[in-house]
Parts: sequence; structure tokens; C-alpha cells
Amino acid sequence: MSATEALSATRPGHGVAARSWTFVRRHVLTVYSSLFFLYLLLPIGIVVAFSFNHPVGRFNYVWQGFTWDNWRYWDGVPGLRSAIVLSLQVALLASIAATILGTLIALALVRYGFRGRGATNLLIFLPLSTPEIVLGASLLTLFLNLNVAFGFWTILIAHVMFCISFAVVTVKARLIGFDRHLEEAAMDLGANEWTTFRKVTLPLIAPAILAALLLCFAISIDDFVVTYFNSGPRITFPLFVWGAARIGVPPQVNVIGTAIFAIAVTGMLANVLVQIRRAKAAASV
Amino acid sequence: MAFLHRHRGLTPYLLLAPGLAWLAVFFIVPLGFLAYQSLQSGNFDVGYAFSWAWGNYWHAIRDYRGHFIRSLEYAGIATALALVVSYPVAYWIAFRGGRWKNLLLLFIVAPFFVTYLIRTLAWETILADNGFVVRTLQAVHLLGSGGRLLATSTAVVAGITYNFLPFMALPLYVSLEQIDESLIEAAQDLYASRWKAFLRVTLPLSLPGVIAGTLLTFIPAAGDFINAQLLGSPQNHMIGNVIQSKFLELTDYPAAASMSFVLMILILMAVLAYARAVGTEKLTG
Repeated sequence: MSATEALSATRPGHGVAARSWTFVRRHVLTVYSSLFFLYLLLPIGIVVAFSFNHPVGRFNYVWQGFTWDNWRYWDGVPGLRSAIVLSLQVALLASIAATILGTLIALALVRYGFRGRGATNLLIFLPLSTPEIVLGASLLTLFLNLNVAFGFWTILIAHVMFCISFAVVTVKARLIGFDRHLEEAAMDLGANEWTTFRKVTLPLIAPAILAALLLCFAISIDDFVVTYFNSGPRITFPLFVWGAARIGVPPQVNVIGTAIFAIAVTGMLANVLVQIRRAKAAASV
Repeated sequence: MAFLHRHRGLTPYLLLAPGLAWLAVFFIVPLGFLAYQSLQSGNFDVGYAFSWAWGNYWHAIRDYRGHFIRSLEYAGIATALALVVSYPVAYWIAFRGGRWKNLLLLFIVAPFFVTYLIRTLAWETILADNGFVVRTLQAVHLLGSGGRLLATSTAVVAGITYNFLPFMALPLYVSLEQIDESLIEAAQDLYASRWKAFLRVTLPLSLPGVIAGTLLTFIPAAGDFINAQLLGSPQNHMIGNVIQSKFLELTDYPAAASMSFVLMILILMAVLAYARAVGTEKLTG
């Protein structure tokens, strides 16, 4: 780790004892952190490993032997495919809707002075600090009392609701560090407000919008509690897992879990590696 | 657009309107319905009617005091554990991560990419009676020969700690990362020991992260019921389990609604007590 070496090189050692103490300390922290990551990643390893297990009977708890069958016949469990399709549909629509609504709110909060800013911030913050069970339960009582039929639409409404705040926070963070002079320059050159937004603002905040979209998608596809309260007869992927947990989870659930994990991590990893390479290039200049 | 030009003051409100309307209708109004439902009496077959039935609250506290206390206790222990376990790692990434920082952060959030329920089920596999962990603990007599981890409070608290760990580690990292290292060096130049420099400089400066992480972990943990359901026995059930079953299995809506409010009030009280202990100016600033 070059940064560590650079750090230790810049600091003069205060005698052998101090230097060895520093050495021990630094490595204690490194060893501890490695163990921490092992602990953090252990359950993920179990999920991946047991997607290749060949279980005897209904319970996929004990390692029995390696097989590709669960991957080959991932669709072999009744109800699993429709649950995944529903989860993907809801996540796609909810993340798009919440990102649009959230981006508009973030623009208003960062760009304009208006009365009611404090109340708006509070309204954004509250859903984030309310336990999910209360979000789910209160929405359930709304739909129950208004005799709304539970199903696709109630799930979608719920997901948009809890995603909006995350979208606002994500886009706002980017807008705050944004150079307003670029927009003023465009306006000075005769662009109207809409053209300026389309040609200058939107491209600059596009990465933040994409980040909000991905975050909302990830939160939506993983949600169990709020969905459980408002799904009626419909079954999303997490609800399928919950139902299966009572009677024995089929290894195909591990296959889907592994696939979701692999797709998400590949995307994030590609992004991180690009950043590392950029940092390396910048450092070598 | 011409309309917007003539009424510039309206623009922020037009941007806010759709998103805030969504939150008002599907977050604030449902809380009102939850309150309304919590004061109803009757039963599912004849229907519930509003009757200022404050008795629901009284019954909730009287009959489920143990569940409420257990929820706060488990959430409190899990939050403290998460803080102690992840602080050194957040410190290590912030000060020794170098250009690997983003990759290490990806490891921290990796569990989020495995569906919540699936990673909790993985802990069920790890802690299973004939699993590696239990057999090792039995071999070194930390656990009796018939002793188990599943269906104990230890398993539930461990599950909650694991599942909300990234909520603690990320804010800790953000606040540690912002610390100007020259401040720590200055303390050491002024003959503070490394430990003293940590206690007097690093730790106080990271307090915003500690506070944010604590709240982000404690609030969802207190409302959780998944860990208690999958890793615990009925003796370990939290108030979330009761609310969930009263709403969705027993259809005793008024009781469940009043419990939801008691839970929210307890969480709010815990947060306020915490704010008093650490100082409100730090919480809001």
C-alpha cells in the first residue's frame, strides 16, 4: 500500500520502541480489518456456495455435493419466475418515477429560495427516519380504509414513496457542488431557461441522476417489509423467499440471489476500477 | 415556458409539487389513517368503528411491554456492537485506504447487494445446530454439548448487527475521511501520545458520523422483525413480529396500529434521550 509507505516516510520515527509500536499498531488494524471483511463477506460466500449445493430433502442447510443443476434449472420452482418478473417491473417503474420526482425536488431545493424550505426538508427526511414497518403499516391502513384493491399498483405506489427521499438526497449532493457560472454563461449567450437546462444542467447532473436511478432500483428490488404489508395476493422475489423460508428454501433462490449480487458488484467494480486507474494516472502526472 | 418567465416565483413550487404531493398522500395521510385506525374498536367480522378507543394503547403497553423492551434492548445492543466493530475499519479505510478506498467501501456495502432475506437465511445456515460454528464452540466448551445458537437472543442480535452494519460504517467513514490529518499531527507534535491524540482530536471530530450511524442503525433495527423471525424463537420476538402478525394474520388492525404508534413514540424518546446525552447542537449541526 503506497499511501501507507509514503505516510510513514514523511513522519520521523521517535526511537526504536516508538517505531515498533507504530508497526504493531498499524498491522493490528490491518489484521482486524481483514477479519472484519471476512465476517462481512462470509454470508455472501455461503449464499454463492449453496447455489451449487445438491440438497437432499427440502432443506438447503447442509452441504451435500456439487451440482450445476440449480443454475441449469433455475426456473424449476413454481412461482419463482413470476416473482422475479414482478420485482423487476416494480423496480424499473418505481426507480424511474421516484428519480424524476426526486430530481425536481432537488432542483427546487438547491436552485431557488422559497417559503417552506424547512418543511420540505423535513418531509424528505421523515420517511428516511421512520421504521419500515410503520411506513408499510400506515400505507396498509390507507388502502384498507379507502377500499383500494391490493396488488401491482399498491406495491408500485409504496415503492415510489420510499424511494423519493433517497433520490432527492443523491441528486442534491451533486447539485450543491455545481458551478452556477456555467448556466449563467449559457443564458448570457442567449439560451433561454429551458435550453440552458437541457444543454447545460442536465448533462452535468446526469451522473447523479443515474446514481439515484440505480440506488432506487436496488432499494426497490430488495424491499420486503413495506411490500409485505401492501402486496395483497401478488408475490415479489423477497416475498417468495419469505414464503419459501417456512417450508424450506429451494437452492434456486440462492441462484437468483447470487445472480443479483454478481450483476450489481460487476457494475460497481467496473466503476471503482475506472476511478482507481484515473487516480493512478493523475498521481503519475 | 413563457408562463414560467412571467411567474418566476412559481417555478420552485411547480418543481416541488408532484414529489411532495406523492409524499403527502402516501406518507403523511397514511399516518393520519394509522392514528384513526388505532382509536377504533370492534372486530374484523362486524367491522371496526372509530370510538376514541384509547384503551388500545393501554392494552398494547400492558400486554406487550416485554416485546417493546426487547425491541429497544436488541436494537440498542446491536447498534453499540456495530459501532465498536466497524469504527476501527472505518478508521483504517479513511486513513490507510489510499487509492483503494473506493474498493474497500464497495466491500462494506457488498452485503446490500444480496437480498436482505437471503443473507439472513445464510446466517441461519452458518449458525445451524450441526454447523461449523456451533460445533467449534461446543468443542472448546464455550457452548454446552446440547447448546445451540439458533433460536437464541444472541443469534437475533448478531443478525441485526450484521444486517445494519453498513449503515453504521459508511457515516463513520465519511466523517473520519473529512478530518484534516495535520490536526492529528499537530496534537502529536505538541507531545500528545497517539492514543491521547485519538481521544482528544480524532474521536470528537468523528462524532457527527457516530451520531448519524447510531440513528441510521437504531431506528430500523428497533422496528425489525425479520431477524427475530428467522434466527430467533418466539421468546425472542420483537414488537415488529407482533405488529406484523396482528395486521396480516390476525387482522386486529386497531391493536396493531396503536402498537405502531407506541413504537414510533418509544424510538423518538430514545433518539431524544440520545440527543441530550451527546448534545443537541451536534445532532442538528
